[in-house]
Amino acid sequence: MTNYSNKIPITIEKKLTPSPLTSILVPLFSIILSLLFGSIFFIITGNDPVEIYSVMFSGVFGSAYGIIETIVKSIPLLLAGLGLSIAFRMQLFNIGGEGQIYMGAAAATWIALNLAGQPAWLLLPLMMLAGGVAGGIWALIPAIPRAYLGVNEIITTLMLNYVAIYWIDYLVHGPWKDPDGYNFPITSTFSNTAHLPVIGDTRIHAGIIIGIILAVILHFFIQQTKFGYEIRIIGQSQNAARYAGMNIVRKIIIVMVLSGAVCGLTGMVEVSGIVHRLQSGFSPGYGYTAIIVAWLGRLNPLAIIITAVLFGGLQVGGYAVQMQNIPVSMVMMLQGSLLFFVLGGEILTRYRITLKNRSSQGDGIS
Amino acid sequence: MNQTLLLEMKQITKRFPGILANDRINFTLHPGEIHMLLGENGSGKSTLMNILSGIYKPDGGEIFIKGRKTIFKSPRDSIKARIGMVHQHFKLIDTFSAAENIVLGTHKNFKLNKNDIEKKVYDLAKENGLEVSPRAKLWQLSVGEKQRVEILKLLYRGAEILVLDEPTAVLTPGESRDLFSNLKKMAREDRGIIVITHKLHEVIEAADRVTVLRSGKSMATLEQKDFSQEYFARLMVGRKDIFSFSENITLEPPGEKILELNNVQALNENGRLSLKDISFNIRKGEIFGVAGIAGNGQRELAETITGLRKCTSGNIHLKGENITNMSPSEINAKDVGHVPEDRVGTGLVPGLDIINNIMLKGYKNSFSRGIFLNYKKAFSKTGEILNEFDIKLGDPSGPVSLLSGGNLQRLLLAREMSSNPALLVAVYPIRGLDVGAIESVHRLLLEQRSNGTAILLISEDLEEILKLSDRIGVLYEGTINGILEKQNADLEKIALLMTRVKNTGEINS
Ligand SMILES: Nc1ncnc2c1ncn2[C@@H]1O[C@H](COP(=O)(O)OP(=O)(O)OP(=O)(O)O)[C@@H](O)[C@H]1O
Ligand SMILES: [Mg+2]
Repeated sequence: MTNYSNKIPITIEKKLTPSPLTSILVPLFSIILSLLFGSIFFIITGNDPVEIYSVMFSGVFGSAYGIIETIVKSIPLLLAGLGLSIAFRMQLFNIGGEGQIYMGAAAATWIALNLAGQPAWLLLPLMMLAGGVAGGIWALIPAIPRAYLGVNEIITTLMLNYVAIYWIDYLVHGPWKDPDGYNFPITSTFSNTAHLPVIGDTRIHAGIIIGIILAVILHFFIQQTKFGYEIRIIGQSQNAARYAGMNIVRKIIIVMVLSGAVCGLTGMVEVSGIVHRLQSGFSPGYGYTAIIVAWLGRLNPLAIIITAVLFGGLQVGGYAVQMQNIPVSMVMMLQGSLLFFVLGGEILTRYRITLKNRSSQGDGIS
Repeated sequence: MNQTLLLEMKQITKRFPGILANDRINFTLHPGEIHMLLGENGSGKSTLMNILSGIYKPDGGEIFIKGRKTIFKSPRDSIKARIGMVHQHFKLIDTFSAAENIVLGTHKNFKLNKNDIEKKVYDLAKENGLEVSPRAKLWQLSVGEKQRVEILKLLYRGAEILVLDEPTAVLTPGESRDLFSNLKKMAREDRGIIVITHKLHEVIEAADRVTVLRSGKSMATLEQKDFSQEYFARLMVGRKDIFSFSENITLEPPGEKILELNNVQALNENGRLSLKDISFNIRKGEIFGVAGIAGNGQRELAETITGLRKCTSGNIHLKGENITNMSPSEINAKDVGHVPEDRVGTGLVPGLDIINNIMLKGYKNSFSRGIFLNYKKAFSKTGEILNEFDIKLGDPSGPVSLLSGGNLQRLLLAREMSSNPALLVAVYPIRGLDVGAIESVHRLLLEQRSNGTAILLISEDLEEILKLSDRIGVLYEGTINGILEKQNADLEKIALLMTRVKNTGEINS
């Protein structure tokens, strides 16, 4: 620890007033930088970055299909990103979005299968409720040791992801397997009344409306309610929160459960809006990508709408690239570098970084 | 006197949004001298020294170190130039031990042998009279002890120019005297020492020279032969009347008991008994002063009364109601104001703007409408407070961490007093304030008292305690060593009780 600070030849100094211009230019510049950074890897692996980017671009913007798919993919990212942002605001690092999505989806499926054929006005709200409750409970499990004993939630939420994913695997391979499904690990298809309504004949479903409404509500909730205020204070300083008489233990539990419930709802929306049944691996890591989405949106619910669409586009662009026999891991790498550069850029807007121009004594790196 | 200057700052200028914090300031430092910086809250003292330590870049002016022009691109450059600063708000790492904090960032290799370091730190501490246990974790230390760690850290790095930003704000008079005698010793080894202060008598006691700032300008640099309190005061504030203190406001006789502690015990962070058997009461309209050397249970006392610390035995009553071990929010709701020792980070949230800080205590009641916050009300309250308490801020939507030390404090005091509490627990309320501000705080406390508030005033400043208190309790190692009535209290008796185990029946009234 001591050593790094002596060897890294840069210094970071707090800037006093980030100008409004930099707060627009810097993220833009960061995105461009991350694309350039990505190209280095493409070149190293023998791919043509220009080609990849143009394939991605036309995959997303080149057709109505691309645009629609981008929106479809951004729905779960938006919902889960919102859910995670609540916890992140309070410095609770809920990495368990993925597991909570799976549990929410399973609970919604249970309702859809057991009440098959019931009218939509009954079925859909029940499924949402079940999804939310299941996700909430899944987050409650790590919340309790975190609140009372200070057990690190990063580890526990992460571990519970595996439990959830394997549990759903078990369900769709075993008790819930569709008898007419040619032995595929899937449940039977939901009855029509368990499908979220779609817009026109696209795949865009009512989840987008739920997401946008939720973002607005959440924004309002954080800024305008007493509860939101408590979340902001606790996130900034636990001592001040205690001093102000806030019950931190209870808030940790409530906030984790809320965060998990929204992720659970994400699972419900995904099975009811897109998959129309439960199947193993139905979420390609939305719960993880949503972590990036939430941070890039600086935990601001309205900004998360934008970052969700950005990452929806990346996902779709990734599929387009895959068609060209370029490994999809390249796109995942791009996601990572995007986070790195944009967060790095944010530091730039808040701090001044200066390179030390003393001749270094040529010691090894890292 | 005119050999090579250790430091010369020429025409230093620094502008913040809406304020000229330093306006063409000249400042010099000779080897071996203690040069003090005197000025009101917000006059730009910290800013000037932050420029010297490379935290801020000046908008104009030059810095010469031992005659060589030097440009600080960062704090690291300043450290390399052997400049070390103890900030007004400490910058230590809570979970590290004192020794680790001291050596942090200095060792070039990974061979950090714990025992060696602790030994070294121990010796260094001993040598300079700055006693501190090398092994204690930072969060376990009192503010005064943390300061010693900060100073040791600088010595350990071989600082030749030491800057201390209001060091005595956190010390008792005795500790301050020790500090200054140590500083004088340190200066003898050809170090130069810059001390920021508000206290005129400290300048007279310990400074070789003093530079007085007012609204960002340097008013004068004086040599010892020109020192006089009246002159300083005139230079600082431009008026002379600051010493006239309206001492005896006529009093109602104190009323019913508001706060009553019976045999209260509490533990500190290490699980050791830090309050042993404390009993006293405060009546309506009375100021009960608690004197004592820092670290004798002051913080624990305030926290136990306000519900932040568990009371392990005994009981506490507020207006006849048993409030022992009620939650902080229940006690808040019973009209208890609390100005905590740690202002930034406990009393205030540094990263939030002023309105959000004003709401901190009242967000559940005064500033709410059902489940919602009432920003409108908070906004008008903020305006009121800024006006009434004369708090200056450049940018109202900026985080309060940008306020000067004194303004931060006034903000906190203002919030806690503005709700007319039944009980006000004020821990070191004038720490870091300039003479003018101290007077206004004292006037406010007395006004509060006339309004019938019972005030628990914990202070390290004996003059303050004597001036304001109706009764004085002296804390010594977690017990009240004696309670004195105002009329038969004097500095000597208090000082005796502060440092001695047992008192005679005559003193104990
Ligand atoms: N980073 C900053 N951004 C904006 N304004 C600032 C900043 N730092 C200080 N100021 C303003 O500059 C002025 C001088 O502040 P400074 O902290 O130097 O005062 P000071 O003399 O140290 O006062 P005090 O005795 O209260 O600590 C104040 O009005 C303060 O609000
Ligand atoms: Mg200051």
